[in-house]
Order: sequence, then C-alpha cells, then structure tokens
Amino acid sequence: MHRRPAFYLLAFLALAGGSRAGVLPDDRGDVMYHSYVGGGVEIDGPSVLVRKKVGSNFSFVGNYYVDYVSSASIDVVTQASPYTEQRNQWSLGMDYLRGNTTMSVNYTNSEESDFDAKTFGFAVSQDLFGDLTTLTLSYAYGDDLVRRSDDPTFQEPATRQMYGIGVTQILTRDLIATLNFETATDEGYLNNPYRSVRYLDPGSPLGYSWEPEVYPHTRTSNALGIRARYYLPYRAAVELEVRGYTDTWDIDGLMGAIMYVHPYGPWTFTAKYRYHGQNSAHFYRDIFLRPQATNFRGRDKELSELYSNTYSIRASYQFIDENKGWNFVKKGTVTAAYDRLDIKYPDFTNLLTGGYYVLDANVVQLFVSFWY
Amino acid sequence: MLLVVAGCGGIEPWVKPYERDRLADPIMALDADPVSSSYMQHVYEAREGARGGEGAAGGGCGCN
Repeated sequence: MHRRPAFYLLAFLALAGGSRAGVLPDDRGDVMYHSYVGGGVEIDGPSVLVRKKVGSNFSFVGNYYVDYVSSASIDVVTQASPYTEQRNQWSLGMDYLRGNTTMSVNYTNSEESDFDAKTFGFAVSQDLFGDLTTLTLSYAYGDDLVRRSDDPTFQEPATRQMYGIGVTQILTRDLIATLNFETATDEGYLNNPYRSVRYLDPGSPLGYSWEPEVYPHTRTSNALGIRARYYLPYRAAVELEVRGYTDTWDIDGLMGAIMYVHPYGPWTFTAKYRYHGQNSAHFYRDIFLRPQATNFRGRDKELSELYSNTYSIRASYQFIDENKGWNFVKKGTVTAAYDRLDIKYPDFTNLLTGGYYVLDANVVQLFVSFWY
Repeated sequence: MLLVVAGCGGIEPWVKPYERDRLADPIMALDADPVSSSYMQHVYEAREGARGGEGAAGGGCGCN
C-alpha cells in the first residue's frame, strides 16, 4: 500500500501541459517503461499517454500507468513478510482554450489491493502582459480509502484538498522563470496500517518491542518553489530550482537542483543533480523510551531526518525529423534516462546491521514519443 | 506621470514576440516530457516527507 496519498491531480495538471495559457499543448503520444530498484524493492511497469486536440479550442488527454511491485524493503523484512502487488492508475483530462485563458478539468483513479485514491481537479491559466506572464490557479480534491490485506473489515477514509497558485514569467530573451506555491490539507487516516514503532523493552531478548504507529488525523503543508531556465549563447540551457517546504508535523525541507541541457545534432543530452534535506516529524522516534510514550507515534523513515542526492543523465534521439515527418507523425524521439538515488537516514537504525540506514536506488526510464 | 498612465493602460511587453525564438527552442521547455517528470516526482514524493511546490507532483510508490 502507499504510505502517503499523493498529488495525483497536480501530476495530471503537469501532464496537461505547457506554461502558456493561450496555446493548447501539442498533440503527442508517449509510451514509457519505468523501473525502480533499490532498498529491497523492485517496481516497474508501463505508462502510456495520449493527447489530442479537437477543434481549435479543446484538447483531451489520457494516461494509463501501472506499477508492478515486489517488496522486501527494510520495513517489510523487519516487521512483515515480502509481498508483491500491482497498482493501476488512469487519468482523463480536458483543456478548454478561450482567448488567453485555458481551463482544465481532470480525474484520476488509482487502485491497488489495499488502497484506492480518486482525485478531481480544476485549474485556470491566464496569459497577461503581452503573454510575458502566465498565472495559474488550481484546486484538487482527493478521496482515499485505506484497507489492510490481512483484515477485510479494516477500512479507513482520508481526504485531501490542494490549492495552488503559479506564475510563469518571461524575464529576458534568454531567461524564463516559474514560481509555484501549493498548500495542502489532509484529514483522516494518514498513517500506514502495517507499520509499527519500536520501544525499549528490557523484557524482550532484543531489548525492544513493537506497537502500532499512530499519526495525527490532520496535516497541512506549504511549499514554495522557484525554477529558472537560461539559454546559453552556444545553444544549450541551464536550469536552477529551489523549493522550501514546511508542514504542521514540523517537517521542514529544502530542495535544490541544477540541470544542464545540451543538444548535438539529432541528440539531446541532459545532466542533473538534485538535493533534498529535511528534519523529522515531531512524533518521529527511532525508538521510544516506553510503550505509548506519546499520543502520536511514528517510525517511518520518510518522516525522519534524511538527506537525499540524485544524479541523473538522459539522452534523447530524434529519429523522425520535424522538417520531414513520416505519414501523420510530425516528429518522433526515443529517450533513455538513468537516475541514481542516494538517501541517508541519520536517525533511522538499520535493524539488520545496527548502523544507520542508507538507501541506494537505480531508476531507469525508456520511452518513445510521437508528435502528430 | 506619462509612464504611470501608460502603465494603467497596459504593460508594454519588454520581450517582443519576434524576440522569443530562443525561448521557443525545445531545450527551453520547462516540462519537455510530462510523462517522465510526473514519474520522477512520484519517485521522490514516495520517499521524502515533502511534497508540492514544483509545479507538478506524482503519485504512487509501493513504498512499504
């Protein structure tokens, strides 16, 4: 099951397209294979995206995504048994363009054996000031259902509301920047029904025992991000990104990234480095001093202090030239991407080794894209 | 005063449409491959305590 409901809607708004409100996104199709291997977890599967304009004012988009999960993570091997499962997600969306305004609606549905999520979303984008500025307002409502695979009677709801405002600004002939603020409120059953916390227990051979974790039933988060991309004189691009994050569970985070894009003939090469650091939630402890030590208790490593580094490379090859085309296809590319993810958890003990936990993961994406 | 009046009547774009050829280059697209960026954001979101603020975010993990 998914530890934490996700921003399905905002993901789909991203799929919905570009930073320009007065122009509908290009018609395109993508077929992707994705793979994540790390920390005893293997997840792979396909993602298929199709977008098509209808008339001059409407654009429709659909996405089908699958995760095939095989998990023997540190949490699973210390508290449960390895498992396999499948998650299916589909999304439908529509954009309506009128003048310099684009209105978007969408719906996303995600299902797995013990977790369902439905999200409805709406967004409005407006081009301003001679199309130098694009203002976007978005809202989403998420409705989740948490279950347990070992208890058919267990069923707990959670809801989520998300508000976003974003500004994309052309600053010079070579520089474009975007500023995004998002606030989200969660309410309901927010913890993972399978996970437990440790507490000191002198009567146990290990010196500790387990009890179920208990999360607060509400959470509100705020995130502010800025990205700026600059066109270098020899036809390449560099991008900087920074995001600050804070929430009512007392998690504060900072993310920064730098990316470089370099075209060479039909090839486009990209290199990126990303850093994320955060402190822990106020109810997180690697080990509690006694059972039921606090009202809220958690030992999810995702809520602990952590430092994450990602090193990324990707290469894209354009095999159908946009000046020539092929039948109804205007352009075609094939892309391979590799991301190396290293996360250090200085306050989460690896119970198999006794040291602090470190996660190393390899992420691969292969996809073909067509514009028509 | 003239500038203020002109401002009330609308801000003059300081980058003209014909000066946006570099910004229109595909290498300047802020989200050139939405299917890929959405996937990577959900990889991060499943493994970090933070979320949002990136203009997009993704869902799903199999992270137990």
